[in-house]
Amino acid sequence: MLTNVQEITPDRLVGEVALIKGQGCRFVTVTCTDLGEAHDLIYHFDDQGELRHLRLKLPHGATLPSLSGVWFAAVIIENEIQDLFGITVTGMAIDYKGRFLLAESSPKAPFNKLGGIAVDVRVRPPAATEAAAPGGAH
Amino acid sequence: MQTTATSAFPTRNTVIPFGPQHPVLPEPLQLRLVLEDERVVEALPAIGYCHRGLEKIAEKKDFIQNVYLVERICGICSFMHSLTYCQGIEELMKVDVPSRAKHLRVVWAELHRMHSHLLFLGLVSDAFGFENLFMQLWRVREHILEIMEKTAGARIMLSVCSIGGVRRDLDDGQMAEVLRVLDRVEHELEEILPTLMNDYSVRQRLCGVGLLSPDKAHDLGAVGPTARASGIPMDHRQTGYAAYGDLGGVTPVTETAGDCYARIMIRVRELHQSAEFVRKAIQKIPAGPIAVPVKGNPDGEVLVRMEQPRGELIFYIKGNGTRNLERFRARTPTFANLPALLHMLPGCQLADVPVIILSIDPCISCTER
Amino acid sequence: MFTLIGNIVRCLFRKPVTRLYPVEVKPAVAGCRGQLHIRIEECIFCGACQRRCPANAITVGKQPKSWTLDPYRCIVCGYCVEVCPKKCLVMRPEHFKP
Repeated sequence: MLTNVQEITPDRLVGEVALIKGQGCRFVTVTCTDLGEAHDLIYHFDDQGELRHLRLKLPHGATLPSLSGVWFAAVIIENEIQDLFGITVTGMAIDYKGRFLLAESSPKAPFNKLGGIAVDVRVRPPAATEAAAPGGAH
Repeated sequence: MQTTATSAFPTRNTVIPFGPQHPVLPEPLQLRLVLEDERVVEALPAIGYCHRGLEKIAEKKDFIQNVYLVERICGICSFMHSLTYCQGIEELMKVDVPSRAKHLRVVWAELHRMHSHLLFLGLVSDAFGFENLFMQLWRVREHILEIMEKTAGARIMLSVCSIGGVRRDLDDGQMAEVLRVLDRVEHELEEILPTLMNDYSVRQRLCGVGLLSPDKAHDLGAVGPTARASGIPMDHRQTGYAAYGDLGGVTPVTETAGDCYARIMIRVRELHQSAEFVRKAIQKIPAGPIAVPVKGNPDGEVLVRMEQPRGELIFYIKGNGTRNLERFRARTPTFANLPALLHMLPGCQLADVPVIILSIDPCISCTER
Repeated sequence: MFTLIGNIVRCLFRKPVTRLYPVEVKPAVAGCRGQLHIRIEECIFCGACQRRCPANAITVGKQPKSWTLDPYRCIVCGYCVEVCPKKCLVMRPEHFKP
């Protein structure tokens, strides 16, 4: 189970993270989940072997302040989230503008919960399974 | 991207794309290197050449099928991924894994760590131009792959870990054979490793190259051997998951220099540590069942951490009470080591770039998933 | 300096570690997961393997009765062998020829 979770708002995020950094924590990663109407972002930090988390609810369309001014290590995961979830992250040290993992022809924000992407072949009509289906693992 | 990288520097600088196809890179990673003569001034990573959207597929498959899916995140340390995933699901569903299964998991996990480290040492030897060493080390690695094929049924994609335990048991004969192979591997390594550790030309290529100070390693979130080579005693086996708690605890192998040589020495010393763990696990293995049946579906969220050959592996698993997961996310060690790599490169010579990149043991398929 | 000399001399006089592959084939290891086989006469076409297969490699037809495996999709994990109620699926140790 996830313990040691602290709820936070986007405007207080950078200040809170700077405090956490001052306590000697290590930046671990950010997890983003699409909840349908909002994105759920969890920032993970390692405090001498103990994990602590900051939880952020970000409505669709809102921008996210970047942590890369505090922790340069955050820049890679923030670019990934910008690509895969379509969240605009502002003030990143290196901004790939949505071309970090994806190309021009890639689907937009593929990890959001939208219908039609990565349909499981088993729920399709039998005729459609003959074509190369995206649901196959490899 | 390219225009912003070049315009910030005076015209005397050169930008060269290093990769995605490069003789030393087994996997497609591109680094855009800004050079001033032969010296690297800045490095920018460009990944996305093998992004498979694996986290999204994991939401479409049911949670038992995912065991075989997450195993294919990485083609080298596959067992570690399935072990981490199974531990996460077991924590969510409050499954108590039998002790024998935990010991067997340690056996396979440490065999995997050994073959991964041998693969790395071979690749890095090839990167600094010692092809003989590369072939010798991979010949030794073959013994481990063969014993994995005999015990688990496959050379790399073991598929032996399942939710609630393991799928195969080892009988006494197989355990004796594992021990025999370990002795043979260590005997053969005795002949090869001194060359890797002490050879003049090897030291010339590695010592003092790609320095990473402990403060910077901590600040940039480096994990695993990259952090341990800078003197940070971080090894998640210390938390005692699987049977590590019963095997007398783990003392992290650390070096202080923080250069490429130290990162390689960490792997060399961990080879012996891993062999010792396999021996201990086989010695202390209790009798009993190897798996418990699992009923129900996972609900809730969990974050599991584990020590993979390259460092700390993190899975975030969120279940919603159905057979499908709400969200599955993997943070692999190379992902965490990339910022450290970007810090090591500026200031080094272009000829040292391949060695520095390989010294973090990059696994790009893991990074992009 | 000359730490590998002994190794080099030994390598000169022993036979190669590698096999001359198409001529000499590695014998199959007992218990290895090589390829999936079905004893079709015992199959009851329940479709359990099709539902469980992580790679969607198996297709089971009810009318008319059929069982097909796409060997290029199969990841030889052995999950179908575990769930088969009639135990008519078997994993053979030989890998299938390219």
